[in-house]
Amino acid sequence: MTNSISDIPQARVLLVTGSNTTEAHPVLALQMKKAVRQNGAKLILIDPRRIGLADFAYLHLRQKPGTDVAIYNAMAHVIIEEGLTNDDFIAARTENFDALKEAVRDWTPQRAAAISGVPAAQIVEAARLYATSGASAIFWAMGITQHTTGTDNVKVLANLAMMTGNVGRPGTGVNPLRGQNNVQGACDLGGLPNVFPGYQAVTSVDARHKFAEAWGVPYEKMNDHVGLTVTEMMNGALHGTVKAIFIMGENPMLSDPNLSHVKEALEAVEFLAVQDIFLNETGRMADVVLPAVSFAEKGGTFTNTERRVQLIRPALPTPGNARPDWQIITDIANRLEADWSYADEAEIFAEMAALTPQYAGMSHARLEQDGLQWPCPTSEHPGTAVLHAGTFARGKGLFQAVNYVTPAEEVDDDYPYILSTGRILFHWHGGTMSRRSPGLDAIAPEAEVEIHPDDGEQLGIAHGDLVQVSSRRGQVVAAARLTRRSPAGTVFMTFHYAEAATNLLTIDAVDPTAKIPEYKVCAVKVEALPVPRQQ
Amino acid sequence: MLQADQVVPTTCPYCGVGCQIDLHIKDGMIFRVNGRFDNHVNHGNLCVKGRFGYDYVHAPDRLRQPLIRANRSDELAPTDWDIALNTVANRLRHARDTYGPDSIAILTSAKCTNEENYLLQKLTRAILGTNSVDHCARL
Repeated sequence: MTNSISDIPQARVLLVTGSNTTEAHPVLALQMKKAVRQNGAKLILIDPRRIGLADFAYLHLRQKPGTDVAIYNAMAHVIIEEGLTNDDFIAARTENFDALKEAVRDWTPQRAAAISGVPAAQIVEAARLYATSGASAIFWAMGITQHTTGTDNVKVLANLAMMTGNVGRPGTGVNPLRGQNNVQGACDLGGLPNVFPGYQAVTSVDARHKFAEAWGVPYEKMNDHVGLTVTEMMNGALHGTVKAIFIMGENPMLSDPNLSHVKEALEAVEFLAVQDIFLNETGRMADVVLPAVSFAEKGGTFTNTERRVQLIRPALPTPGNARPDWQIITDIANRLEADWSYADEAEIFAEMAALTPQYAGMSHARLEQDGLQWPCPTSEHPGTAVLHAGTFARGKGLFQAVNYVTPAEEVDDDYPYILSTGRILFHWHGGTMSRRSPGLDAIAPEAEVEIHPDDGEQLGIAHGDLVQVSSRRGQVVAAARLTRRSPAGTVFMTFHYAEAATNLLTIDAVDPTAKIPEYKVCAVKVEALPVPRQQ
Repeated sequence: MLQADQVVPTTCPYCGVGCQIDLHIKDGMIFRVNGRFDNHVNHGNLCVKGRFGYDYVHAPDRLRQPLIRANRSDELAPTDWDIALNTVANRLRHARDTYGPDSIAILTSAKCTNEENYLLQKLTRAILGTNSVDHCARL
């Protein structure tokens, strides 16, 4: 997030898109509800599904999945045509506006309406509201990014924020909501194939010198090319170029797209090691499994969606012979050529903070009270609540012209429904944690597929019937939930249930830049199962 | 009312909001969790997972012992740390020295700490010599 959770109630307009906030980020959603109910802010919801936030929305635009670029280009068109741009901000803080103007000239609301199914009048009203409130904030999650056009979707949202000057002040901003508890930190600390900690590029000579020196490695030994992303690793394993895979705390056999393909890939490698707290679907395929500990049995830090670095503290003894992940990694390193001797997590933090500019002023001692939001460059710096207040990271904000392209797989006669995937309130990701809580699992014990009642009637499917959902890649069985939440023609499933692994169906087509898979759109068919369900 | 032996302030392990919580511990078990008020994130609030979703910590099927097998057709069997760690180190070294550093791929974790992510990418880059380290940020 460019902004902070605590400044959400200052927004006059909230544009929430591709985020089922009340279920996936419920406590952050409380601040959105506060903005609407207590402070009179207007919520523009742009989402195909009638999710919980729809009850709080002033406007709900229900687009056909995968047509986001068309809608946001048309909103930009309206804002420019009606003279609602913030020209001072554009002149002082941005560049390339003329190219954007040219690119959206033909993107009339009528053209976007024909593609997205959203009435043109709603697009116009959303554009006017967003541009004229004085403080408009955009929020999104995987509904924007998990598309082959994920990067484009983010660019068109950034265009809207910049052309209206809705950046750099409380109650504004472009705010992606991070899913996992520490996905922000895993990115910040270099858990990505293209960057060292602090987003310093592995292709940079200076960065390689800096880390070679800090780590005591000869400069020539530093690898100078970008490594593989998750999806590329699986392809590499299948093609024989990746021979050994080590996995810490992830379960690609449930969370990756096109699972049959992942299974073949993990079977193909010569060596697979998995470090986790449970023997999950991926661990069962491994040659070696290393028992690690949960958040309640170790110390360290997580970084949340507003860039706040916060402590976790050990509360329980480690179970059996399990050990904290950092000790396991250290032991493996020392059995290779390393000579690491970290006394505790605070000492590791000190080393990484010294190499990571955004974290440079932080220490475990400073995080004790309330954590700190990065960037925090010095030991006196109070942290940063709002990014891009005076300038953007690259200097001037760059407008980018984006053209609309269709999703990788469109519906046809054989696979006539769009499948979109996501989460529900009661479970988490692959279900490893939440499905072991009997209270949560009792509320949502089985995989369901949301089907619009009109589609249910056409298919001869009643509420609660077991149905088979199939794509070109696989099939799963789930219980039909007839509901108007999903629009007719679109079905929705979660990926929480290993016994009905939705990612057997999903497509491994990825965004060309971010390499994120298109979980939100693939083509499926839905069939009633002839067998009665077992009680 | 049940009295805690210990109340430990920490951060919720579920989503990216990072709610601040108190774990109430009695006889080595988490028996109550409440949201903390003294912060800028959750102001005492929690969702249903953050308040009640901790049984997994005490689940009987938690991994307590390293497991190993010589062949994929065998069952995984308990082993000791030395054998497990030596096997991992030797097999990674073998892949690196035989096929080159880029024959190794590492998945780090959005569920693990910053410190652990830092160390695993350091192992990947400084010792194994590849940049093929990624995690589920995209998933």
